[in-house]
Amino acid sequence: MTPCRAAAVLVALLTARVVGAATESSPQFVAASAARSVVKIYGAGGLRGLEAYQSGIILSPDGLIATAMSTVLDSDGIDCVLDDGRRFEATLLGVDPRRELAVLSIDATDLPAAVPAEGRAVAGTRVLAVSNMFGVAVGDERASVQRGVIASVVPLEARRGAADAPYTGTVYVLDFTTNNPGSPGGAIVDSRGLLLGMIGKELRSSTGGIWLNYALPVDELMLGCEALVAGRGVAAPAAAATPFDLGLLGIVLVPDLLDRTPPFVETVLPGSAAARAGLAADDLLIAVGARAVGSHAAAERAVGAIPSGDPVRLSVIRTGTVVDCELGPRPAVAEGRAPQGAAP
Amino acid sequence: MTRTSLATPSAGRHRGLWGLVVAIMMAASTIASGVEVDPAVLEAQQARIDAIRRVTPAAVSIFAGDSGGGSGVLLTRDGYAATNFHVVQAAGPAVTCGLADGRLYDAALVGIDPTGDLAIVKLLGRDDFPVAELADSDRVQIGDECFAIGNPFLLGTDLQPSISAGIVSGVHRYQFPAGTILEYTDCIQVDAAINPGNSGGGLFDAVGRLIGINGRASFEKRGRVNVGAGYAISANQLRNFVGALRSGRICDHATLGATVSTAVDGRVVVADILESSDAWRRGLRYDDEIVSLAGRPVRTVNAFKNVLGILPAEWQVPLVIRRDGRRQDLLVRLHAVHSPAKLAELASGDAAEESRAGSDGPEVPAAVRHVYERRAGFANHHFNVVERERVAAGLAAIRDARPEGPWVLAGQLAAGGEFRIELSDATATIDLPTGTSTLAGEDEFDRQPVPPGSGGLLPALVLWRRLVVEGPAAVGRTIFWGTAPRQPATFAAGAAGELVDVLESAVAGVVARFGVDAAGRVVWIDLWTSPDADPCEVRLTWPEKGTAGGMPLSIEASFGSEPFATFVMDAPASAEASR
Repeated sequence: MTPCRAAAVLVALLTARVVGAATESSPQFVAASAARSVVKIYGAGGLRGLEAYQSGIILSPDGLIATAMSTVLDSDGIDCVLDDGRRFEATLLGVDPRRELAVLSIDATDLPAAVPAEGRAVAGTRVLAVSNMFGVAVGDERASVQRGVIASVVPLEARRGAADAPYTGTVYVLDFTTNNPGSPGGAIVDSRGLLLGMIGKELRSSTGGIWLNYALPVDELMLGCEALVAGRGVAAPAAAATPFDLGLLGIVLVPDLLDRTPPFVETVLPGSAAARAGLAADDLLIAVGARAVGSHAAAERAVGAIPSGDPVRLSVIRTGTVVDCELGPRPAVAEGRAPQGAAP
Repeated sequence: MTRTSLATPSAGRHRGLWGLVVAIMMAASTIASGVEVDPAVLEAQQARIDAIRRVTPAAVSIFAGDSGGGSGVLLTRDGYAATNFHVVQAAGPAVTCGLADGRLYDAALVGIDPTGDLAIVKLLGRDDFPVAELADSDRVQIGDECFAIGNPFLLGTDLQPSISAGIVSGVHRYQFPAGTILEYTDCIQVDAAINPGNSGGGLFDAVGRLIGINGRASFEKRGRVNVGAGYAISANQLRNFVGALRSGRICDHATLGATVSTAVDGRVVVADILESSDAWRRGLRYDDEIVSLAGRPVRTVNAFKNVLGILPAEWQVPLVIRRDGRRQDLLVRLHAVHSPAKLAELASGDAAEESRAGSDGPEVPAAVRHVYERRAGFANHHFNVVERERVAAGLAAIRDARPEGPWVLAGQLAAGGEFRIELSDATATIDLPTGTSTLAGEDEFDRQPVPPGSGGLLPALVLWRRLVVEGPAAVGRTIFWGTAPRQPATFAAGAAGELVDVLESAVAGVVARFGVDAAGRVVWIDLWTSPDADPCEVRLTWPEKGTAGGMPLSIEASFGSEPFATFVMDAPASAEASR
């Protein structure tokens, strides 16, 4: 699906939020319908503590899928498996590093899309959580359904390892164990089956250290998805991108020695666009525009995909927080021209 | 990721006060708050309380001394209770069981299924135990209300079990073997809290019918406590195995003798097959598409494993395949997954080390000594004798209708022509249009199966007569094997239909299995003259109603995939044989 069509679909979807409410309301029907709108996502990972799978929510009948931004998506082949067992290769349309949100697209039609609820739910709302936790469902098996209550609606104060979580907006804190391995990207729905939120990544409270069970509210989810789908920052397909010498922007990454060398900034050339934008050594590049970059090579490809003259926006992690940097227009690649240290 | 079974290593101190808590909450919601509550809500609440009250008396708290404990659930009024194998694995021949009535009962280990993680124990001392009703777990759906009763963290030191409620999160789940061999197939996933110590306890539906045996949960970085993903062995799997478990045997699971994989186009196809398997002899080949097994559609490899995993070794089940666009219906015998030696090793686990070090294995407590007998291949041979005698009593009850002398069966072949069969203790004669065959004695049972092409019809019928006239002891070395479908071909949607008792006799170089229905009638006989060959299969059809005794209406014999003959008896009066 093209970004334009996707945007149109999403707009239509948002304006028609309440129309598609489930007519039948038995708990079994709601649970089964909700589970149909959740896909199983497979990508990178498989190492200790890093699962290679997570969950996603079908946003539109023609293949937009919301999920959590994670290392699972750092893969050339992201697969989505529907509850009827069909498997699709997904395209990463973009990521929202602040909400830790990503939108995928698969080439399918007539999918059982989730219907977003209107407005924000209040504490005490009874909900179902649907996700492929622990990867128990494979093939045509349905995602797992749990039941519980929204315990509170509060700003997220959380950390992953030693780093603070980038999202500090409002979340639903849930009174049941929803955020398990494989759960990120799963759906929280109300008793009618309307989408209330998306299950976030596994995080611990930055104050108490306990594991949190929380979800990104549907309004934040849809805002993030709309922005990504509307093309704000959406990059062209990676395949079309020619690697770009980041030195032209004044960025020197650590040497690309491994298969997936993390894109750490080694030095910033003084007086360069990068230096003016505040980039610093040891920053970890995580996104170029809305495209997540998991490696040195991916970063060079992503910048190369920005049309010459268009603004370059980078997101980096610096001491645990996401910092956005505006580097101005992307310079053209000039034959035989040495990386420049001064502004053009 | 670890998915771990739930035996609990230590005892706790808590008191289960669920009843009181629920009562207080009810009172608070209806009286104290003054809030109008929808009567439907109160009704639903009351229905749940009633369901919990009704089945809690059947919940068992199992204490196994130093080796921990777990939970169980009573199935029969004379005290047979289901639990997990891993709860009783290290306990030896006896455990102590507490019921919610506040009393402790001695219980003996009966049978175990190390692969499927099931076990049966028998509580002693009463014949009026409260029991749980077994449901059809294939009717369970995602979103169904459910509750678990058990002994989490061994909190039930006051013998009051704990209740945790939730919904069904998933059905037909497949869980890879955790650590050792405990494979959970076709299980029910719930968000009701399943914690260490809940193992072996019952999972119930909204009205209190038993839908599963809790036994496993997904645990990860948050420690060995519930994180919202518990798994229960389905009631239908338990139903398939309970007969074999009551036989006192160490039960085994089934393999088709073939492995399957997913083809590029998504079909499930045979990837490898043993030429020594029954499936091969019935015609299954490489690349055949598996359409359904045991009456259940197979669309994924997991679905295949799910269907297979709830079936006992050696059952005969329907298999539907597609080859070159043509559908074929087969009836295949499943093989055992493990060798008897391997099974014994799995069954003993750590205890094997001890029994090798000591001489006779663990000490048998005095309380169960009268109901425990050690024997190779059995968890407790005593209960095999109990079950064999039960079946023998059923056979004896209708013995009067059968003459003691030689039996003469006469009538018409379905294919045309007359037949006459005469059966004695060890000899028999059959007259067929094609000629007469004679079985001269026991030493011919396995040497030249007669009549030719039947695979051993006359020995099978001779042993049938001996079983009916003289009882199991006269047939040879006879054990109670367990239960198996009365009509394997009629599996529907995984439900095995009516199960019948199975006796297995080894005599004079042959092995025979007899299916005996609840009325004490032998409904089928399988007789092997060689362990690796096809058996002679004899199917007996009885009048649906009328006298329990007499003779069958017809007898159908086949060998391998080939029908041998169908014998239609003359009117019962003339089949009432005489000298």
